[in-house]
Amino acid sequence: MTRFAGLSAAAARRSDGALPSRRAFLKTGAAVGGGLLLHAVLPGLARAASAESEAQGAAMLNAFVSIARDGSVTIVAKNPEIGQGVKTMLPMLIAEELDVDWQDVRTAQADLDTEKYGRQVAGGSMATPLNWEPLRRVGAAGRQMLVAAAAQSWDVPADECSTAQGVVHHAKSGRKLGYGALVEKAAALPAPDLASVRLKDPRDFKIIGQPLPGVDDPLVVAGKPLFGIDVAVPGMLYAVFQKCPVFGGKVASANTDAIKSLPGVRAAFVVEGGDNPQGLVGGVAIVADSWWAASSARDKLQVTWNEGPTRTQSSAGFASAAAALAKSAPQHALRRDGDPGAGFARAAQVIEASYTYPFLAHIDLEPQNCTAHVHDGKVEIWAPTQNPAPGALLVAATLGISESDVIVHMTRVGGGFGRRLRNDFMVEAAFIAKTVGAPVKLLWSREDDVQHDFYRPAGFHFLKGGVDADGKLVALSDHFVTFGHGERVADAAGMDASEFPAGLVANLDYGLSLMPLGVPTGPLRAPGANGIAFVFQSFLDELAHAAGQDPVDFHLAVLGEKGDPGRDFDTSRLRGVIELVAEKSGWANRHKLPKGTGMGIAAYFCHLGYFAEVVQATVAPSGAVKVDKVWVAGDVGSQIINPSNAENQVQGAALDGIGAALGQAITIDKGRVVEANFDTVKPLRMRQAPPVEVHFRITDHRPTGLGEPALPPVIPALCNALFAATGKRVRSLPINNAELKWS
Amino acid sequence: MAFTIEVNGVERTVDVDGEMPLLWVLRDVLDLKGSKYGCGAGLCGACTVHLDGEPTRSCLTPISRVGTAKVTTIEGIGETLLGRRVQNAWLDVDVMQCGYCQAGQIMSAAALLAKTPRPSDRNIDSAMTGNVCRCCTYPRIRAAIKKAAGLSTADARMP
Ligand code: FES
Ligand code: FES
Repeated sequence: MTRFAGLSAAAARRSDGALPSRRAFLKTGAAVGGGLLLHAVLPGLARAASAESEAQGAAMLNAFVSIARDGSVTIVAKNPEIGQGVKTMLPMLIAEELDVDWQDVRTAQADLDTEKYGRQVAGGSMATPLNWEPLRRVGAAGRQMLVAAAAQSWDVPADECSTAQGVVHHAKSGRKLGYGALVEKAAALPAPDLASVRLKDPRDFKIIGQPLPGVDDPLVVAGKPLFGIDVAVPGMLYAVFQKCPVFGGKVASANTDAIKSLPGVRAAFVVEGGDNPQGLVGGVAIVADSWWAASSARDKLQVTWNEGPTRTQSSAGFASAAAALAKSAPQHALRRDGDPGAGFARAAQVIEASYTYPFLAHIDLEPQNCTAHVHDGKVEIWAPTQNPAPGALLVAATLGISESDVIVHMTRVGGGFGRRLRNDFMVEAAFIAKTVGAPVKLLWSREDDVQHDFYRPAGFHFLKGGVDADGKLVALSDHFVTFGHGERVADAAGMDASEFPAGLVANLDYGLSLMPLGVPTGPLRAPGANGIAFVFQSFLDELAHAAGQDPVDFHLAVLGEKGDPGRDFDTSRLRGVIELVAEKSGWANRHKLPKGTGMGIAAYFCHLGYFAEVVQATVAPSGAVKVDKVWVAGDVGSQIINPSNAENQVQGAALDGIGAALGQAITIDKGRVVEANFDTVKPLRMRQAPPVEVHFRITDHRPTGLGEPALPPVIPALCNALFAATGKRVRSLPINNAELKWS
Repeated sequence: MAFTIEVNGVERTVDVDGEMPLLWVLRDVLDLKGSKYGCGAGLCGACTVHLDGEPTRSCLTPISRVGTAKVTTIEGIGETLLGRRVQNAWLDVDVMQCGYCQAGQIMSAAALLAKTPRPSDRNIDSAMTGNVCRCCTYPRIRAAIKKAAGLSTADARMP
């Protein structure tokens, strides 16, 4: 639960987004087996972990770089790789400024060790903004030391030396030395002040800006074991864990004795569990010689559950409760600008609409799993996690051991999308392994994965907008009915008081009402924005049509001529991507499209990135939807670090949004999830995936992340296209084809 | 019960329940972890292998039904020229995000190209629609298949 009013979400985003101080220093040492080891230390980044760094008010950063005598470079990738490309991208930053040949760089995945590496989280699209400058400084400092070592050897001034591809050159004398030959000398030099090292002119970049393939690609295509599910430990047993289908329920009784006698079964036992859905919850564990045996035994499991209070909750119940709440004023004011009542009274037209979006599951393709081995008073864990540190804490608390006795190896992750910011699977695996006294791989079935998620919360928005006689948006209100208790909003269920277009409309009123919820919720790719952008960007389109305006013109008019300094984003950058995507998509010619085909546009700012997207879609008279094409324009600053991965991420985000809009909803009934597998919660398929054309607007701003901000606009752009094609407005997700029939 | 199957050209004997799906025999008995579990219900294609060249969902194939069919997995597909070409196309195009689905995608793509060396977009749609990519790398999977077929990788479905 976050603190009330969504304000906390904004605050968290800001603190998360705070860029680290440039003051930093570097430690050096001899690498194992000889060579130079660079170990950068930055103050103000992540928490101060070691006694030493605490004493210095510092926390250690990110990365190890080691250069061996043969000149090969190993760069540790500190963050979990969930498919967002950080295992390639973060080392690229260091390698660029170190001035080595990318071919000579090896990357290695770090274990969890925040004392060494600082923040190790895959989330919030923060890897780029947090590391763009610090990691380049690490590389540049290394280069400076190697140059100094060469200059000393030759007895020439350092500024007469240059570097290229891992070699220091002295042009005047024609001498050169490879980094490998210099590392011993360099390691003995004092480390330069990271703040003072000189960074390359971006025009001289040789690695940054290149479309480099992912470092693990060759292993992936060869089917090598990389993922959590692939982990094997000698003597390992396999586990399934049956939780109560109703959230928060506990086991009353179970036929564990009968289960124990089934083939291959080694143990079956009831887990009492606690009330924190992120920790160990009630259920029955079955441990067997193979996962198949454990899973087959589960088919015979009979459990009587104490289902608990959530059993009365349902999606249908939430919808009617929300409609009832909307009849009264919001329970909590979120923001009030000007005089909304007077604004609506003066408006030439007032439009009212209610929008809703459903609960969503993450459906990572690799189901949740974890391998744990309790030995020598420690627990060793192999986990596909986005966020290992809190998992280690929970494991320590659950097992009653010290956090320092939890060793976490991070595996490659078969999809995160926010699900693996929670580590419930880690706690379960550790508890089961400890109970049976053997290494255990816990693997959830797909059904477990769909039915025990931290769902993107559903939401209900009751909107009112007023435009004046000139078609200008003069008043806007949203009564957002969401989930929470008292003053606390459920995880990822809040709304920022600054939610667009707040600050740009003279009379504005945002309010919140809360419904109690027993279903666990959490962040899903572009949390908050992934639902809220659909609502506001669709409603803006409604207002544009009501005002008789081109939606692009209407949007630009709302943004105003100049970036508003009072806002946390730069309206001119949003304007820039809207104009770019309109140009690239041929927006002005959309009237020539045949009947049943339409274009829609939407734009959004989140996770420090600006994206505008146009979708062209065709609706058959039967209502069947075909997405023809998506055009994306993004502004994430001055540099696209890896254009290959950047395009892949943006295409993936746009298609992810389309998949959710077309086929995904989690339905709660009697306190449990109705859907169970990919036949009912439908991932996007090849034949549904349109071409996605990606354009970046390069602007003079610090580079920021890409995994999330490209997603939110695509859903309203699609729904606006469906309106253009059929005249039918989609106000509820997922899209219901039956409501789009036309003749 | 003992079963002898041919996997990637090698005869392997396993002593397991006849109902055990080939996927779990491959992964947990034979230690071939390239084939992936995604749904266990024939809905995602992550577990795709070839039985005598036919793309097959190993999660739904009991070991007792494999018989004498030659099993090819992602670990063995690179032994054929076509398989190697598909893997190389995947590398050239840099298809992967998380990579979890890609073994199944490559197996389905190799089976498609074996029968249809110059596939149309429609051929690609129907051969690949059973393979889910949660990261939605579909544009690149499409491009990589065309690349392996020696076709232009441009997406020609819309100008
Ligand atoms: S695991 Fe076999 S089709 Fe999904
Ligand atoms: S690359 Fe992640 S599921 Fe396909």
